[in-house]
Amino acid sequence: MTETRAPGAATGAAPRPEGSRPGAVLRRAEARPIIEIDDVVKTFGEFLAVDHVSLTVREGELFALLGGSGCGKTTLLRMLAGFERPTAGRILIGGQDMTEVAPYDRPVNMMFQSYALFPHMTVEANIAFGLRQDRVPKAEMRDRVAEMLELVKLTPFAKRKPHHLSGGQRQRVALARSLAKHPKVLLLDEPLAALDKKLREETQLELVGIQERVGTTFVVVTHDQEEAMTMADRVAIMESGRIIQVDTPHALYEYPNTRFVAEFFGTVNMFEGVLVEDEPDHVLIRCDALANPVYVGHGISAREQATVWVALRPEKLAISRTRPDAAHNWDRGIVEDIVYLGGISTFHVRLDSGALARVTTQNLERMSAPEITWDDVVYVCWRPDNVVVVTS
Amino acid sequence: MSEDNRALGPGGSASRAEAEQAWTQAGGGGDHRRLTRLQRLTARFGRGTVIGVPYLWLLLFFLLPFLIVLKISFAEFRIGVPPYTPLLAWLEGGYIQVKLAIGNYLFLLQDPLYVTAYLNSLKVAFFSTVFALLIGYPMAYAIARASPSWRAVFLLLVILPFWTSFLIRVYAWIGILKNNGLINNALMALGLIDDPLPLLNTEFSLYVGIVYSYLPFMVLPLYATLERMDVSLLEAAEDLGCRPFKAFLTVTLPLSMPGIVAGSMLVFIPAVGEFVIPDLLGGADTLMIGKVLWSEFFNNRDWPVASAVAIAMLVLLVIPIVIFQHYQQRQAERAEAS
Repeated sequence: MTETRAPGAATGAAPRPEGSRPGAVLRRAEARPIIEIDDVVKTFGEFLAVDHVSLTVREGELFALLGGSGCGKTTLLRMLAGFERPTAGRILIGGQDMTEVAPYDRPVNMMFQSYALFPHMTVEANIAFGLRQDRVPKAEMRDRVAEMLELVKLTPFAKRKPHHLSGGQRQRVALARSLAKHPKVLLLDEPLAALDKKLREETQLELVGIQERVGTTFVVVTHDQEEAMTMADRVAIMESGRIIQVDTPHALYEYPNTRFVAEFFGTVNMFEGVLVEDEPDHVLIRCDALANPVYVGHGISAREQATVWVALRPEKLAISRTRPDAAHNWDRGIVEDIVYLGGISTFHVRLDSGALARVTTQNLERMSAPEITWDDVVYVCWRPDNVVVVTS
Repeated sequence: MSEDNRALGPGGSASRAEAEQAWTQAGGGGDHRRLTRLQRLTARFGRGTVIGVPYLWLLLFFLLPFLIVLKISFAEFRIGVPPYTPLLAWLEGGYIQVKLAIGNYLFLLQDPLYVTAYLNSLKVAFFSTVFALLIGYPMAYAIARASPSWRAVFLLLVILPFWTSFLIRVYAWIGILKNNGLINNALMALGLIDDPLPLLNTEFSLYVGIVYSYLPFMVLPLYATLERMDVSLLEAAEDLGCRPFKAFLTVTLPLSMPGIVAGSMLVFIPAVGEFVIPDLLGGADTLMIGKVLWSEFFNNRDWPVASAVAIAMLVLLVIPIVIFQHYQQRQAERAEAS
C-alpha cells in the first residue's frame, strides 16, 4: 500500500493520500454512491437466493461481498453484471436504473472466476476485445492495450495465447481485459481462488495497488475472510441470501452485530449468558460456562434477564498460572492443546465447566522457555472493555 | 521449548531407525529394481499387444483386401473364373512374367462417364455436407445448451435411428416420398395439390436421403465440442459489450471449428462413395461414382475396370482425409503445448 503511484490524473482518478486504508475510507465516506441495490430479491424456482438485499457501494471503493458457498453473493454479483435479472427490486449504477439493461449495455465489467479468457485469441486480442466492440479507433486501442499490459506487467506476453501462460499470468490478463474499457465498476468473482496460497497473498496487495492506481470501484466476491480483510475498504457479510452486516473490516471484527458475524469473521470464544445487571455504564452477565460473572465496561441495548452471548477474541484473553485477584472476568482451566504457529501460539484451555476457551499469545522473545505447557492449571482473564456482547 | 525437544527427540530417531531397517530388509533396493525390470518387460509386451491388435485388424481387413483390389485393377478382363487375367505367370525356363495392365486407368480418363461421375459425387457430397452442417449445427447447439436430463433424451433421439437397419430407413423414405406416399397423399387430401409432386428419384430425394442418413455423424462431433465449451466465455463476450449473435460469431463459431471439421469429414467422405442412397432415392440420371462402381462390378462384370475405379476413388478420397489428419494433428500439438 505504500508503493509509489502514478499520478491519479493520468487515469482520471483522484490521487489518494498516502497512508493506511482506514483513513482513505473515512475520506470516502462522503463519496457519492455508484451502486445502489434497492430491496433486490432473486429466486430460482423455490429457492430464495437473494432475500431483500439493499446495499450501497460508494465511488472508488473496494467493496467485498463475503460469505460461504450458496449464500447468494455470486448471484448478487451476476445481477450487477446483468447475467441474472432480479425477481424484485432495482439496481442503480451511477444513478441509472440498470435492472432491465442487458449485460452488453452496462457500464460495468466482470472478471470471471475461471477468467474466461478466449483461448483462440492472443493476450493482446483478449484485452482489445471489449474495445473492439465499442469500435474504438485503432491507434487509441493500441495505446489502451499497451497501457493495460503495462498495468499488469505482461507487456512481453502480448502475442501469447492464454494456454501458454501460468495461472497467475492468466489472472492478470483477465484483470487487464476487464479494466480495458474503463468501466465504472469492476466486478470480481473470486478473483484469486484459482491461485495457490503464496501467490494469492501477493496478488491481494497487487490488486489493491492496481485498484488505487486506476481508481475504479471494485466489487469483489470472496469466501475467504482474510482476503476480504486484506483487500476491502468495506465488507458485506452475507448468509442465506441476506446481508448480515456491512462495515469496515475493523468494525466487523471488533463490533460484530450478531453471533454469526463474530464467528464467521475471525476466531471467537462464544458463551451464552443472561444479563443480570443492566446499568448505563456497565452490565453484568452470568454465563453457565464461566465460573465468574462477566463485567462489561459499557451499557448495552438489552433488557435484564435477556439471553445474550459473550464473544471473546482469543488474542484479547490473557493466560497465566497465577490466580487473578478479581470478582469478574476470569476462569480456571487446564491446558489441553497448544498450537504453535511461530509468531503466535494458541492455547486450548478446557475450563472447569467443560467449555473450551482459545487463547492466543504472541511469541515475542526468541530464547524464553514457555512457562505454560500441557495439562497445566491456568487462569484465563480479560479486560471489561474487550468483551463483545451480541444479542442475536 | 525444552519439553518440546524431549518429546520430539526419541520419536524422530526411532522413525529413522525403522526406515533404515526397512531399507535393509528390502535388500538394499536390489529386489526392488529387479521387480521393476520384470514389470517393465510385461508393460512393454502389454503395450505392444494393445497397439498390435488394431494394426492386425487393419492389416487383415483393410490392407489385404486393398492389395487384392489393387492387383485386380492391373489385370485384364476375360471370360472365366476368376473374370480377370492373372498378374503373375510362370513362363518356360523358370521366368516369372509380371503383366501390369494400366489400360484400366487410362480407360477411366478416356471415358468421360467416370470423370463426370466422380465430379458429380464430389458435388453431391459437398452440398450434402453443407446442408448437414446447416441443420446439424443448430441441433448440436440446442442439445449442448439443454438441461442435462433433456440432453440425454435428445442424444438418444439422435442415435436412435442406428437401431434400425440403414437400408430399411432408406426404403422408408421411398414410402414417404413416392407418388402415393405419405407427403403426396397428405397434400392431396388437404386439397393443396391435384397431382402428386414428383419427389422421389430426384436430386431432392437424393439430398434428403444423404443428409438424413449422415446427420448424426455431423451432430455428434459438433455436440462434443459445443458441450465442452465454457459458457462463461459467452458471458465474458457479452460483458465486454458483444451482442449475443456477434458473440456467437466471434467466440462460439471459431471455438467449434474442430467439431465442424470432424463432422464435415465424417459426412463428406462416406457421401462421396455412397451407393445405396443414389440407387434407391436418386434419379435414373443420377451419376455417382459408387453407383458406377457397382454397375461395373455386377452389370458389366468387368472386375479390372471396377477395381481401377475403386482405387482411383480411394486415392482421391485420401486427399481430404490427409488434410483432416493434418488439421487434427495441429490441433493436438497445440493442445499439447498448453
